[in-house]
Amino acid sequence: MSADVALSTRLGRAKRLRRLAEAATGWGLALPAAVLMLALILIPTASAALLALTDYQLGARRVSFIGAANFVEMWRDRVFWQAFANTLIYTALTVPLSVGLGLGAALLIEADPTGRTAFRTIYFLPVTALLVAMATVWEFILHPQLGLVNVALRQIGIAGPDWLASPDWVLASLGFIFVWQQTGYNMILFLAGLKGISPELYQAARVDGADRGVERFTMVTWPGLAATTLFVTVITTLYSFRVFDTVAALTQGGPSNASNVLLYNIYREGFVYLRTGYASAMTLVFLALILMVAMVQMRARRGHSA
Amino acid sequence: MSGGHRLGRLARAVRLVVLTIGAAVMLAPFIWGLAASFKPAAEIWSGSLRLLPESFHGWENYTAAFNRAPLGRFLVNGVIVCGGILIFQLIFAIPCAYALSKHRFAGRTVIFGAVLIGLLIPIHVTAIPLYLGFARLGLLNTYAALIAPFAISVFGIFLFRQFFAAIPDDLIAAARVDGFSEWAIIWRVVVPASWPAITAFAIFSVTSHWNDLFWPFIVIQSTDLAPPALGVVYFRRDESGVDFGPMMAATVIVTAPLVVAFLLAQRRFIDGITLSGVKG
Repeated sequence: MSADVALSTRLGRAKRLRRLAEAATGWGLALPAAVLMLALILIPTASAALLALTDYQLGARRVSFIGAANFVEMWRDRVFWQAFANTLIYTALTVPLSVGLGLGAALLIEADPTGRTAFRTIYFLPVTALLVAMATVWEFILHPQLGLVNVALRQIGIAGPDWLASPDWVLASLGFIFVWQQTGYNMILFLAGLKGISPELYQAARVDGADRGVERFTMVTWPGLAATTLFVTVITTLYSFRVFDTVAALTQGGPSNASNVLLYNIYREGFVYLRTGYASAMTLVFLALILMVAMVQMRARRGHSA
Repeated sequence: MSGGHRLGRLARAVRLVVLTIGAAVMLAPFIWGLAASFKPAAEIWSGSLRLLPESFHGWENYTAAFNRAPLGRFLVNGVIVCGGILIFQLIFAIPCAYALSKHRFAGRTVIFGAVLIGLLIPIHVTAIPLYLGFARLGLLNTYAALIAPFAISVFGIFLFRQFFAAIPDDLIAAARVDGFSEWAIIWRVVVPASWPAITAFAIFSVTSHWNDLFWPFIVIQSTDLAPPALGVVYFRRDESGVDFGPMMAATVIVTAPLVVAFLLAQRRFIDGITLSGVKG
């Protein structure tokens, strides 16, 4: 009896020791990454939130806590609102287009074997291209007098605008460059989604009398792609919030802030005007946009699984 | 649409026409830029729609491009930065992902929670505090500043954790019986079993950092340290705007490495992007 108890406590201790050893190994393996996450992501994010409450200017000796004053200033700051609105307009223009075109390209490419590989390669090519470099070529193609686009338009009697210098067109032109690059990326994700739809579903639909392409699309393909479409839309939205490269390289936010966007405005306030605290406050607005998209995604996903 | 349905002849023709128009738009800047890199300024600015150069000026444009900016240096910087980032990301993310998927320990959920939060926070949010930190350490305008912020990839941890979870526990238990240390198990059992995930991640990582402009734009001031994307911005700044031939030559040079790599290893690139889509 007592020998049994002794044995079981010894076993218990051995078990506890083993568990402790496992915890130690687990922590040993995860610790370096955990420390880096803390130092490079979590603490900096918290610091940005704190800086947003100060009047800190880059290089200044003094810094004081000013509460929500940066946010009050932002509320009245026309340039900020313009950058904010431009970012949303840019997103509203580019996301439906690049998701729709990506889906269209994937469906057309999958519809028939002719040229399948070649088209897939060509459509994906822009994804691998250096964006700032290709933006330079687009600038050349969109040149008001001598660019390919306006020269071609002139031949059919249309006077094209100065795409990148007209306040009415600059955002759309930058958005076009984004769509050009993003469509191939979305196409690849949709192609993967299409592969995941079981052929039996199409057969079942045929048995049910869904013979036309449109019917097969609405009954099988589109529901089958729901998860993919949600993911593609979310990721494209996040990428499009991040528009920066083309603005920094081609327009510097101009003409007169017509192409100023959130990230470019943060860069300018923080690193050109050196208003660190104010730029940090804007960073939080940017983060809030991202979190909103993430929340919508979570909601939508829960909706699907329910 | 698959499912063994054959398209009619008309539908096939329409499909080809539409896809070809799309392909022309996708390829236009590559072809037009490449063509311009072979043309003299007079031809570039003639407003002609002629694709091929009338007089070949490629040699002059490419030597001018190399003389005007250290293009080779930009490419080497790109390799150093992307290579450095990738090595650190793998060294830190793989053991952490292994611990998260194959070990039970208190705090595991906390670490995984941090990973999930990290997935939502891009460099743009942390940029200002990181910049201040690097300034304090006197590390602005160095390779360290370019590489260090990306040494940890939460996306890498997330991706590898998912992949490692599919490795049978028996395989790892057997390795332990054979006297493998945890470290040896990671590099000699887990990693070899996970090459598809690792190459996919590598392609994803290199592509995004080769293309990144935002962070280098902030922390780098000298031409000698510029990765390709920043190099292009410097090149544009020095450019008077009239001499477009060398500009296009420079564009071709900095764009070529990744595009050529993609054309040589298409399957892997596409798998890499597709796999990065498991994030959803």
